[in-house]
Amino acid sequence: MPVALAYTALHDIHVRLRARMVPFAGWDMPVQYEGIIAEHRAVRSAWGIFDVSHMGRVYLTGAGASPLLDRLITSDIAGLSQGQARYGMMCVQNGGILDDVIVLRLHEDQFLLVCNASNRKAVLDWVRSHIPAFPSVEMIDRTAETVMVAAQGPRARQKIDSLLQGRLSLLKRYAGTETEWDGEDAVVTRTGYTGEDGFEIIVRSEVGSALWEQLMDLGAVPCGLGARDTLRLEAGLPLHGQEIDLATNPVEAGLGRFVKLDGADFIGKAALLETQRNGLAKKLVAFKAARGPVPRHGFPILHEGATVGHVTSGGFSPTLQITIGLGYVPPGLAEPGTRLLIDARGRLIEAEAVRLPFYKRPQS
Amino acid sequence: MYPTDLRYHKEHEWVRVEGNTATVGISEFAQAELGDVVYVDLPKVGTHFEQFAKFGEVESVKAVSDLFLPVAGEIVAANEKLAGSPELVNHDPYGEGWMVRVRMATPSQVNELMSAEEYERMLSEAH
Repeated sequence: MPVALAYTALHDIHVRLRARMVPFAGWDMPVQYEGIIAEHRAVRSAWGIFDVSHMGRVYLTGAGASPLLDRLITSDIAGLSQGQARYGMMCVQNGGILDDVIVLRLHEDQFLLVCNASNRKAVLDWVRSHIPAFPSVEMIDRTAETVMVAAQGPRARQKIDSLLQGRLSLLKRYAGTETEWDGEDAVVTRTGYTGEDGFEIIVRSEVGSALWEQLMDLGAVPCGLGARDTLRLEAGLPLHGQEIDLATNPVEAGLGRFVKLDGADFIGKAALLETQRNGLAKKLVAFKAARGPVPRHGFPILHEGATVGHVTSGGFSPTLQITIGLGYVPPGLAEPGTRLLIDARGRLIEAEAVRLPFYKRPQS
Repeated sequence: MYPTDLRYHKEHEWVRVEGNTATVGISEFAQAELGDVVYVDLPKVGTHFEQFAKFGEVESVKAVSDLFLPVAGEIVAANEKLAGSPELVNHDPYGEGWMVRVRMATPSQVNELMSAEEYERMLSEAH
């Protein structure tokens, strides 16, 4: 029996805008409106908006919230000041990655945790199962009752500033705050998944459409999951389910800078320390190739005639006009300059390992 | 949408006949379904194909689709512009986005293909 897909509060707008809708993590989501490449270019040159309401938004409140999150997440959560957000990973005992998340400290004893839609239930179960070990923690999943819109691109700051009537001029990168939009409570963070400057705005579901319409009136281009993926790949950002999952650890994935190995204990720390001591089994490699057949998830990576690894993500880069991708290989072969071959359904793509990111936004 | 001077295959390729040569590409429907085309894999000039054989692949950001030759014959030209500008398939599927030219082995095979009207009817029945 087919299970019905969930709708975000913006679903009707996407349909009205004639978006191509696809099932994603149990939600009916827009993959594109005008076209993936056009939307991608709009974000790099101006600004675009994404409905990311399907992602989990979990509030944790109480004296135990800070130590609980610090225990479950690889990066330093306890050290976050009020209004500061940080990226990190939730690992299991053996160092495998349950999810990658962003945590914002809203108040001394209140945090907002944003996680991937595909892992929301697993994250909730995981956090809930650890609450008993910490004093007074209340967890509330506000995913269904809120909408989250990501506004990304070089023009986003000025436009969001005008939307919020100057309230956000001091919001730095990776900062977040409760604020007011049109008389409504809103949470805004200066975060994103595109490699551009941008903001993520959370409001209650009932006013989500009004927010989206206002952003479009200000000139934002509606962008779907297709462009979200091409943008994050150019920025070299991992996607859970591709580069990271329970079978990979943060060090292999090149995310060691988000792991507090010489800080407080967290679940998975011992395993990661051991990995550091014993050496990595595999390492994330970034590669580029001439434009041509697309390297897709699972395609074999070859070196000197032997299969040594596989592609995790790949695609055409609209900004750089070449093929780019990520994959896992033995640590020595991830060195920039290493020549690799990718088997694309029988055709061999000549690739070269490079340093991340593929694309870095111009710093103003 | 579906020029009446062309003949169509159910797999969404079109054929334009000029004497014994057929120019082949994919339809407006196919390019819209695929989304942004990023690569087209075309055969070498001189290759021979049976009718309805797979002659190449068209890749978009999200998908790969096989290309089927609506009429048997020898490839006499492949559109070299598609290597640097695969988006021509999206922007001008019946013109600049053409894919191959075939010297037909059996020109009467064209009569087995659909007219624009028949192709349009097929599309509306399926959706």
